[in-house]
Amino acid sequence: MKILLITEQREGKWNKTSLETLAAAQQIAKHTNGALSGAVIGKGIAPLAEELAGFQLDDVLLVEHDLLEKYTPDGFSLALRQLIEGAKPDLVLLPHTYQVRDFAPKLAACLGKGMIGDCIGYRHENGRLVFVRQMFQGRTAADVVFAGEPPWLATFQAGAFRADLAAKHASSKAPVKAVRVSLAPEQIRTKPLELFREAKQAVDLTQAPILVSIGRGIKAPENIPMAEKLAKAIGGEICASRPICDEGWLPMERQIGSSGQTVAPKLYLALGISGAIQHVVGMKGSRTIAAINKDQNAPIFEVADYGIVGDLFEIVPALIEELEKTK
Amino acid sequence: MKIGVCVKQVPAKDAPLAIVEGAAWIREADIGFETNEPDGYALEEALRLKEKHGGEVVAISMGPERAKQTIKEALAKGAERGIHVADADFHRLDPLNSARSLAAAIHNENFDLILTGLQSDDQGFGQTGVLLAELLGRPHATIIMAIEVADGRMKLKRELEAGWFQWVELPLPAVLSIQSGINKPRYATLKGIMAAKKKEIATIDRKSLGVPDAPTQRVERIYVPQKIKKTEFISGQPKEIAAKLVEKLKHEARVL
Repeated sequence: MKILLITEQREGKWNKTSLETLAAAQQIAKHTNGALSGAVIGKGIAPLAEELAGFQLDDVLLVEHDLLEKYTPDGFSLALRQLIEGAKPDLVLLPHTYQVRDFAPKLAACLGKGMIGDCIGYRHENGRLVFVRQMFQGRTAADVVFAGEPPWLATFQAGAFRADLAAKHASSKAPVKAVRVSLAPEQIRTKPLELFREAKQAVDLTQAPILVSIGRGIKAPENIPMAEKLAKAIGGEICASRPICDEGWLPMERQIGSSGQTVAPKLYLALGISGAIQHVVGMKGSRTIAAINKDQNAPIFEVADYGIVGDLFEIVPALIEELEKTK
Repeated sequence: MKIGVCVKQVPAKDAPLAIVEGAAWIREADIGFETNEPDGYALEEALRLKEKHGGEVVAISMGPERAKQTIKEALAKGAERGIHVADADFHRLDPLNSARSLAAAIHNENFDLILTGLQSDDQGFGQTGVLLAELLGRPHATIIMAIEVADGRMKLKRELEAGWFQWVELPLPAVLSIQSGINKPRYATLKGIMAAKKKEIATIDRKSLGVPDAPTQRVERIYVPQKIKKTEFISGQPKEIAAKLVEKLKHEARVL
């Protein structure tokens, strides 16, 4: 099997999911006894191509063009289509980033092919690849296979593989090959403007040793002081899953998950959080996770060390009392 | 502005999911369904754009007969009319063939703007908007947090990862995937619900669209995920639970 990994970088820095996907691509190449190429796309990115060439792969494809300096879905799809039609891979692997989800379905559609997105793993069985992804917000997993002729496209979720397991090149370095693509300014319909951050973050949740996090189960903004009281009693900061911040019950800077902050405190206490994957990717690295949820099948219990199935409005006050008592 | 908004009906958030072995799907018989939450934000954005710039909003939903309820809810909130792309086995379609079907069904509408939610809360493919744009030959942008329209162009605020945003400009007509949280979706009023009864829902049989059924991917099986960690469940009365948890956090996990 011929595998093409498409990495992501911005302003000369890797998106870290790129290297996780590299680890996945290396494993799949090993299992299928296949060849692996890694592509770097952008402008002024030769140093990154050299860095990628230090990893175990057969070659590195350097795709540079003035019109690829800033990301646009048109520019990237047009360039990658040419790359894929030239390199003729069977399987194209990409990291499941916000940028990839913006262009990869378009790339697949213009090739007339399918994309299995947001995979958390794969299995190689009976000579074929089975991709595992989540459905129903993480409440079920699904085995998905490609149908029809290659090339096939698949993306791997952040955290699905470990970047530190990406193998270095056995002997020296993989050859770096420049790939020419033709793009014209009039083919690019999007005009990318400035990147910016919304507000200065008043609180750095990544440094907090203990986090008390609330989800939909908190039900109403009137109940937030109860969670804040628990945070105070346990010596932690308060944070939340996306729906709470969408509702404006807590400021956006306190949001944990793929669109918010990624944290790894020593204790993460999840109150009424179901554990949708967008949330879990932001907190699953926590040393200890305790979760309170009324639904015993909530996916948060898949990552929790301690689970309590019950009514948080009964348990949280008892917990506050216990903590204050034992101080 | 003529705006199409794609709305999907999905199992209700708290619906118990019973997996049907061999069907790679869930038992639908006893559960409730609701409008996919991310699509509610897209609908609200469509209604606000119409109220500001004039025009009409058309709610489009593909699915079995019950999906009409999701269209009716959109009509009650203020959409002018609906298009139901009927397919009893909709859940078996892969993302590309879903989008091909939608594209074929709405091609002649020539919408100035098509909005979708970010992803569905059931299958969660998160591809429909981008695929529709490609199939209809329109530019697109995803994860949109603000839309400003002027002189046939849009200025859009895209959300990136880790608290970053970007402004992008795009010509109309176009397709946008809306990020959840962009607005506060309205509730339907009683007046709106009454008015919706007189609004038109056109039904198109998906199979009549001539979209080939050859899948690009197939869901073989769905199942309850294997646990990553072994969870220790703590039970009892609230006071007992609290005491046990604090004890374990202090002396077993040593994090307090």
